[in-house]
Amino acid sequence: MAVFMQSLLSGILIGGVYALIGIGLTLIFGVMRVINFAHGDILMVGMYLTYLAFTSHFGIDPFVSVLITFPLMFLFGGFLQKVFINRVLNAVAQNQILLTIGLGLIMSNTVMLIFTSDYKILSTSYSSSTFQVGGGVSVSVPLLISFLITSVITVALYWFLLKTDTGQAIRATAQDRDAAQLMGINVKRMSIIAFGLGSALAGTAGALISPTYYIFPQVGSVFTLKAFVITVLGGMGSVVGATLGGILIGITESLSAVYISSGWKDVIVFVLFLLVLLFKPSGLMGKSRT
Amino acid sequence: MLRVEKLNFAYDDLKVLWDVDLEVNEGEIVTVVGANGAGKSTTLKNISRLVKPSSGKITFDGKDLGKMQPHHVVEAGIVQVPEGRRIFPEMSVMENLRMGSYVKATRADRQKNIDWVFELFPRLKEREKQLGGTMSGGEQQMLAIARGLMANPKVLLLDEPSLGLSPLLVKSIFDIITGINQQGVTILLVEQNVYQSLRISHRAYVMETGRVVLTGKGEELLNNDHIKKAFLGM
Repeated sequence: MAVFMQSLLSGILIGGVYALIGIGLTLIFGVMRVINFAHGDILMVGMYLTYLAFTSHFGIDPFVSVLITFPLMFLFGGFLQKVFINRVLNAVAQNQILLTIGLGLIMSNTVMLIFTSDYKILSTSYSSSTFQVGGGVSVSVPLLISFLITSVITVALYWFLLKTDTGQAIRATAQDRDAAQLMGINVKRMSIIAFGLGSALAGTAGALISPTYYIFPQVGSVFTLKAFVITVLGGMGSVVGATLGGILIGITESLSAVYISSGWKDVIVFVLFLLVLLFKPSGLMGKSRT
Repeated sequence: MLRVEKLNFAYDDLKVLWDVDLEVNEGEIVTVVGANGAGKSTTLKNISRLVKPSSGKITFDGKDLGKMQPHHVVEAGIVQVPEGRRIFPEMSVMENLRMGSYVKATRADRQKNIDWVFELFPRLKEREKQLGGTMSGGEQQMLAIARGLMANPKVLLLDEPSLGLSPLLVKSIFDIITGINQQGVTILLVEQNVYQSLRISHRAYVMETGRVVLTGKGEELLNNDHIKKAFLGM
């Protein structure tokens, strides 16, 4: 039982970060109908920003660096949208995919040029410390802190989307772009904000996992795939779906690593993914669109 | 107030509007009638700048709309209630109304306008928290009009508000349009319900295959032989 509770808890904690990655991707897809294949690479840029902040002579703690990473990645994402993605919004899907894949390649290769392809480890005083919950169950301190930060960001994001005029305008743009324009909503601006937010969330997720993950230029591809699975599982465009999807993937990975083998956890995740697609193709919270 | 001159428009190679001229004066209800595919909705889309004309000029109070983005048109006071209602399906009635007054200048009047549209459509007040997508067609149409009014329109463009509604509801929608006009909102109405719409309009234009073929006062057109034959089955 303790083993089960232990892995369930770790699953939920890591799932929180996955949720953040998935929400970013689903927000971008919802507003723009563009699948951002550079999502993992944006996360990778967030990791390196955190690494830079940590190794600089300020020695900024990775969790504190979120305060820098979030706004910087927001600006970076907004810039990508304004300069590149806005130009292909009416283009065919293949071109949009090629553009985001290309942007991702440029990011990972630029980082490789600057930092080489060596694996980097960001080790803090608490990187491997744990915290006893009781009943033989313990929690990794960095995972716990990252989960708390994730929760705060997610709650703030929900509040923003549900209660503010700009947040509602982003949802309106996602639900009906033309009707949104007829409300006087500047949909290009909403797209910039959405891509900025999506990038900020991915970058923040990168910052949060950097104390527990290897940092290298190609790390993004793993997370692009993961983000895609989470988003499709939850229902494309659904923020609630991505939140649930992220946590579900986290739990599945953690449980299958313990009860089957860590080599098989990705297989289990993809089997789950295929099952959901088979029985509910629009995803857990998705609505079929006409 | 709103003037469309020699408007031409094509979807890629398919030309759909030919030298369309029309004018709406302050305080009027002006109707554009015509069959499916006559170019009525396309004309409204051009006014709202959702599509860009191939040639021609659209001005509002003397200002050229030619360089404006769609949201600038709304800020200028031209508000469109699109065909098929197009309400935000996953937002509540209240959220839909709030989006109607998204433009900064109208936010100060938000509460006042909400009270006003709830008075016009008491049904919406009862359904305040319901999701737009779960409402009936008639309720959605009320919401779409109410949402348009939230933007303090100088001119309200209504695209086929009676489409798909029961005869009883059609009558009440036209009564409401007349009522809104009497409160000082200028109206440009696009309709296939020729009889009802001509009855309430000051002036009207008849469009056929992308051209304006006839124009005149509402009642005059009701008695016009061409209209009677083509649209009223008389």
